[in-house]
Amino acid sequence: MEMTITEKILALHAGLDHVEPGELIMAKVDLALGNDVTAPIAIDEFRRHNGKDVFDRQKVVLVPDHFTPNKDIKSAIQCKILRDFAKEKGIENYFEVGAAGIEHALLPESGLVAPGDLIIGADSHTCTYGAVGAFSTGVGSTDLAAAMMSGKAWFKVPQTIKFVYHSSSNGRLKDWVYGKDVILYTIGQIGVDGALYKAMEFTGDVIDAMNMSGRFTICNMVIEAGGKNGVVIPDTTTSNYVNQRVKRPYTVFASDKGARYENIYEYDLTNLKPQVAFPHLPENTRNIDEVGRIDIDQAFVGSCTNGWIEDLRIAASVIRGRKVNTNVRMIVIPATRKIYQQALKEGLIEAFVEAGAVFSTPTCGPCLGGHMGVLAPGERAVATTNRNFKGRMGDLRSEVYLANPAIVAASAVLGRIGSPEELGIEGGVA
Amino acid sequence: MIIRGNAHVFGNDIDTDVIIPARYLNTYDHDELAKHAMEGIESDFYKKVTKGDVIVAGSNFGSGSSREHAPIALMAVGISLVIARSFARIFYRNAFNIGLPLLEVSEDIDSIKSGTPLEVNLDTGLIKELLTNRVYKAKSVPQFMQELLSAGGLMNYMEKKIK
Repeated sequence: MEMTITEKILALHAGLDHVEPGELIMAKVDLALGNDVTAPIAIDEFRRHNGKDVFDRQKVVLVPDHFTPNKDIKSAIQCKILRDFAKEKGIENYFEVGAAGIEHALLPESGLVAPGDLIIGADSHTCTYGAVGAFSTGVGSTDLAAAMMSGKAWFKVPQTIKFVYHSSSNGRLKDWVYGKDVILYTIGQIGVDGALYKAMEFTGDVIDAMNMSGRFTICNMVIEAGGKNGVVIPDTTTSNYVNQRVKRPYTVFASDKGARYENIYEYDLTNLKPQVAFPHLPENTRNIDEVGRIDIDQAFVGSCTNGWIEDLRIAASVIRGRKVNTNVRMIVIPATRKIYQQALKEGLIEAFVEAGAVFSTPTCGPCLGGHMGVLAPGERAVATTNRNFKGRMGDLRSEVYLANPAIVAASAVLGRIGSPEELGIEGGVA
Repeated sequence: MIIRGNAHVFGNDIDTDVIIPARYLNTYDHDELAKHAMEGIESDFYKKVTKGDVIVAGSNFGSGSSREHAPIALMAVGISLVIARSFARIFYRNAFNIGLPLLEVSEDIDSIKSGTPLEVNLDTGLIKELLTNRVYKAKSVPQFMQELLSAGGLMNYMEKKIK
């Protein structure tokens, strides 16, 4: 029976030859992840149910990244729960603040996620790792507790929607257009529940030509369409990335020719323009030239969606030699320590600070209105993040516009949402 | 199982930032979370809920983050059931994993008004408006979700399975 990559990975981990969409399975997990928001509840449940050892000390990963460095006493207590539990149970992949970073960039970078893996994380953006050809999905704290104890989780096998992206210039997108624009455009087309409970498989020459950071960005935001997982079938771009990092054997899967899809969407992205998602849903997308005048108070580059080194390079290429508008606070946050170091080496930090931006150590902070850039009533931010829900970055009366790093950087200079082209910058950075 | 309570009606795409804003996620104290339940759309919601009340919403309820704080806050504030056109998947599994029942209804439930007393039979999926005796039929709760509910959540269920 022919299967999709998602079905194959689920079947293998459930010990079955074959699975059907809709089937309920209990499957072994290769990795179970928690952070300072979700893991304390899981740890509490684990203890209340007399959990002794975790199922595998290498396969439980704890990353304090949301309210870190501890923003207040309550957050400090949450982090302490993780730290104490990690020590007590001998958890090998606990990342202390100095080594940590935003989990969804940190795990791929650290070689913890590999093609063919089945990964769960108590964080909705766990879907990011589908970019390496894994099945990876967000769950809750109780799922994490059960997985820490048993090494297993329950799943309903999802139907798969296939997305085929073409561009008549050999898969290349226009200048200043990136993975972020591809996924925002897609969510704009299918809506925030357009892939509810479903797997999103990304293919086509645009994906073939795209680097890993772009693929991570796309898979990161499948949850914003209601998706269960996003996946890219591994190719040489994947293996070049993974082989430098993963130190264990892994299995590469691909979808069979006759695999069944719930739907297939084909998009010609040859002329795709940068996308901006208006408040208060990621599906409210417009082309950059249809935005109109939107003055902004804050511009944020970072998060698990766009905190990769490539994103910082793009933003820096726009900001270098220019000044952040006096009405704007620009905040730049690399996703991990390694990205921070690389940005330092390449002079990117200098470019940001020189322009009048602040450059911080890794944290999820502002994306969820936690700390490091919370909005006041009536304020507007343009951000490279993933959600623009009401009150997402602060007060309920504030607004968030989602865009790619080039648009955010250009907007920081302009004081309103706009593109690098308006600043007279030609040729986008890949 | 029969649930009786008044309806609290909300629209589509009620996300987890609305159900419990992220700034309160620096704790998982149930009483604290209860105080901020639905704060993103209705301030002082906790003062308006009587234990046993029911949320009635549109499509994609619980979209967004994986925070289990969302169903925890609803249970802690006294909500006994959420009825919606559809649910976001992580919220769906979190709710059943901690023992909060959910019912999906494909019929038109827009006529149910906030404050309406409801009687819901979880086994048959029948939702009755007590003032008008109007009845709606929900989709049946999948067998596995029923097992989770009767075990009192996923952890109890897994414990029994292991033993």
